[in-house]
Amino acid sequence: MKKLINAPDAVVQDALRGMEAAHGDRMRVSYDPAFVVRADAPVQGKVGLVSGGGSGHEPMHGGFVGPGMLDAACPGEVFTSPTPDQMADATNAVDGGAGVLHIVKNYTGDVMNFDMAAELGKGEGIEVESVLTNDDVAVEDSLYTAGRRGVGVTVLLEKICGGAAEDRRPLADVAELGGRVNTNGRSMGMALTPCITPGSGEPSFELGENEIEIGIGIHGEPGRFREETRTAAEVAERLVNPIVEDLPFSSGDRVLAFVNGMGGTPLIELYVVYAEVARLLGDRDIQIERNLIGNYITSLEMQGCSITLLKLDDEMVRYWDAPVDTPGLRWGV
Amino acid sequence: MPVTRDTVLDWMRRFAGEMEEHRGELVRLDTAIGDGDHGTNMDRGMRKALERLDSADQGDAGAVLKTVAMALVSSVGGAAGPLYGTLFLQMGGALGGRDEVDLAGYVEAWKKGLQGVQTRGKAEPGDKTMVDVLIPAVEAMERAPDLDAALRDAVEAAERGMQATTPMVARKGRASYLGERSKDHQDPGATSTYYLYRSAAEALGG
Repeated sequence: MKKLINAPDAVVQDALRGMEAAHGDRMRVSYDPAFVVRADAPVQGKVGLVSGGGSGHEPMHGGFVGPGMLDAACPGEVFTSPTPDQMADATNAVDGGAGVLHIVKNYTGDVMNFDMAAELGKGEGIEVESVLTNDDVAVEDSLYTAGRRGVGVTVLLEKICGGAAEDRRPLADVAELGGRVNTNGRSMGMALTPCITPGSGEPSFELGENEIEIGIGIHGEPGRFREETRTAAEVAERLVNPIVEDLPFSSGDRVLAFVNGMGGTPLIELYVVYAEVARLLGDRDIQIERNLIGNYITSLEMQGCSITLLKLDDEMVRYWDAPVDTPGLRWGV
Repeated sequence: MPVTRDTVLDWMRRFAGEMEEHRGELVRLDTAIGDGDHGTNMDRGMRKALERLDSADQGDAGAVLKTVAMALVSSVGGAAGPLYGTLFLQMGGALGGRDEVDLAGYVEAWKKGLQGVQTRGKAEPGDKTMVDVLIPAVEAMERAPDLDAALRDAVEAAERGMQATTPMVARKGRASYLGERSKDHQDPGATSTYYLYRSAAEALGG
């Protein structure tokens, strides 16, 4: 294992020190328990947005803390959910009297820890709602699995709900909007290579030299199938088709198309994929109104990409376009 | 010999030792069907628990387990933090307020712990989780004539329960994403729970 780290156990803390050194003017960092919070938190009268999850997906979530997006983010260890004390302290730190929205990705650990945080928080007098993301169509959604994983839609939801909260919309509205974004978004990912967590030092799974995995999760969870390496055009089809059929997206729909890198894939390849996505959606008369291309919800150094489509309505477009000022996303400021 | 604060402290120290010793094994098992962090997380959590046990006097056996529970909840993360945290929190509640706990009290604490784990994780028998070790172990203890027999029988039942997870298809947690491919792998959570029974037999046995 070759990594730019000081020690496997110190990666998350050391990265937080870097965040503080780089962005200390706009965010405060708490180390024990670990969370990052907007420098001006709590913002009076504004719904506070708290997200969290395992580390290793940067810039998500810490890189999305700032005006127009998250109020706080709780980083867990690499690929491990954060703990209830982090979430409870972050919730307290961002409560400006209008309540707090927890944004939770559907993973067993994340859900249980946020549940415990909500239980611990009872009696603090803070109104807390939560919204769950579960947009990964690679997973069969059934009673016999942990359900669909939360992936790319999480980034879009954090931005859109962040815009609504900045607009001083009440908690119930922001939570409803978040639910609507999740309901109208679908994603699927693929991997060219596995990644190596600092803790284990081993690849998260084995993939042959000429093999790719379609439907991969952001922690290297297995996907739908493996096959021989394909062209970007063929890979894009294998991701776009199940996404389009699942919602389903149909002719005349307006969408946000998000091509996300897994961390180890260069931007030039993501644009190659985006060209194919635009072609495939054009063939189906689905209109791309907004797009996002880059590494936003990553899986350490994994090579690969994921595609997310979100069926837009006017309110979503308005809050997507609203100003945002975070290390990971910035426009309109 | 009844269960006391000192024997429960010894149990937790031995469990921490097992987590350190078997860290690599748990990581390997978890890498096969999960995300590979179970050994690392449990080792880190139990180290934190020992630090807290060393830094403050523990009133009784229940307080020891509650201290361990809160340390795990705040340091393990993942699913194992809330699940082991809930197990020890519920057991601690059942064991508290007494200097000595007999067989009936000990078994009752495990039943409360099992109930808490099932409420938190919603796992049923056969889902390939720690519940597949907890249920047979608790049943074995309920049949035992005395505490020593209960501790011994629990280890045997736990070992069989752990081994029985190997052919199961996972229905909970990250392993469930594998579907049929989760077969032929022993569940890491069931394995760490087996070590919990093994360390209990060593520490609490006569």
